[in-house]
Amino acid sequence: MAMQFYTSPEQIMRDRAEFARKNISRGRNVVVLSCADGVLLVAENVSSALHKVYELYDRIGFAAVGKYNEFENLRTAGVRMADLRGYSYDRRDVNAATLAKAYAQTLGGIFSEQTKPFEVEICVAGVGTSPEADELYRLTFDGSINDEPGYLAMGGAADSLKEVLAEGHDFEAPLADAFALALQALSSDGGNGTRRELTTDVLEVAVLERARPGRAFRRIEGLALEALMPSAETETESEAEPDPEAASSDGEAPDPQES
Amino acid sequence: MTGQGFPGKLPNAYMTAGTSSFSEFLMQVAPEMLPGRRPLPPGDFASVSAHATTIVALRTAEGVVMAGDRRATMGNYISSRDIEKVFPADGYSLVGIAGTAGLGIELVKLYQLELEHYEKIEGAPLTLNGKANRLATMLRGNLGIALQGLAVVPLFAGFDVDAPSIPEAGKIYSFDVVGGIYAERDYDSIGSGSIFAKSSLKKRYHRDISTDDAVKIAVESLYDAADDDSATGGPDPTRDLYPVVMTATAEGSKRIDEAVVADVARAVIAARTENPYG
Repeated sequence: MAMQFYTSPEQIMRDRAEFARKNISRGRNVVVLSCADGVLLVAENVSSALHKVYELYDRIGFAAVGKYNEFENLRTAGVRMADLRGYSYDRRDVNAATLAKAYAQTLGGIFSEQTKPFEVEICVAGVGTSPEADELYRLTFDGSINDEPGYLAMGGAADSLKEVLAEGHDFEAPLADAFALALQALSSDGGNGTRRELTTDVLEVAVLERARPGRAFRRIEGLALEALMPSAETETESEAEPDPEAASSDGEAPDPQES
Repeated sequence: MTGQGFPGKLPNAYMTAGTSSFSEFLMQVAPEMLPGRRPLPPGDFASVSAHATTIVALRTAEGVVMAGDRRATMGNYISSRDIEKVFPADGYSLVGIAGTAGLGIELVKLYQLELEHYEKIEGAPLTLNGKANRLATMLRGNLGIALQGLAVVPLFAGFDVDAPSIPEAGKIYSFDVVGGIYAERDYDSIGSGSIFAKSSLKKRYHRDISTDDAVKIAVESLYDAADDDSATGGPDPTRDLYPVVMTATAEGSKRIDEAVVADVARAVIAARTENPYG
């Protein structure tokens, strides 16, 4: 029998965590935030067919960064779990917390049992009756579960995105303002305060609409997305008021009309 | 992935890639929850559950109209006066059931979820034909208990978003207990009063009928069915119970407001008071 070299559990876990973290940090970012009209999910995604933002159930959405096949696997399992639960009990008995906990157990199990952890970070978002009742859970590759009320960011530049969101987030903001903030956060990941221009063809946007009965998930695409993109005037207007710093860096951004 | 140490994690079957069908998934993880999968002792069980009766569906210039009476019977006993037997299957299609009421409603619930589940997993809905075929497949699983007296027969109609033009978009599919599927050209009816409802529609239906007119003749055909079939309930003004009428058009599937149906039904009753033979 071949003798195995001893490796300390700390070392194994550290290596796995580093492996997962390194690969996730290469991915593009996703922002999820609650606003007056519901929960807004915005992803930077060059593909129009391979989504990063999905519907899980009536009031529950899903967003992910990392390896597509792995989070797709988790998403499918979540839809199945939600549908089976709703079928055996009632549609109102499916909630975001149950799904998030099942994901946490699953990711935790994979992280400690398998040689390769899932290189994903996912969000389970549930829309409530009021913005304060919204549930946003962020789950990392090792099964850690974080309850992040209000807003969250995932992906390579999550920390710097979170700063932007923390500054501008308002539970009572309408959808358009929340979208402008999400866009501002996603385009600020260049580092050193530089901003990138994001156009509609690299954005994937969906909303869990608070006022909509039944299935609340709606994708905002095509013309609806064009209409939501902040135009030149409204951008300076909305940014000049709350935050003069953002307005000054705004001058570097190319004309948004081009999008 | 053994999962021994993590009892709360998602079971392996959930994580397996492959099917987009909820009923196939159910067959793997919880077959006892599928209607028609329960073992029955030999014998005929037609009398153990209520029977749902007449449903009609018509093609119109804008899509389809489907209507159902409100009665369920057990032999010569009226077990329900207010049962609803017409449902939206999804955003663009409708399904009505006749036969064993308990199983039929369960089948509809599973079918609605089947369509929704597919849409969520695949990111796009099934085509109208695909939806109808899926319903036929689900019916086939019921054949065993259907032969023991617990038959369910659905009627499916919808607006085909892939059709070349709106007048061609309305489609109706009927089924038999073995899962046979038949596309209907103009109108169809199922259930115990279907012979009388169809005779009524035969005299009143014309192609490219407007949705409003189709609602009228659908309610009238149910009146005719109730007139001659004891298991079909007529409009009931004393209890304020009227047929359930739904439409599927370019705007999606929706239920016609009960007040509107009540007005139509009262007009039918008034006309028949003048002339009992319509």
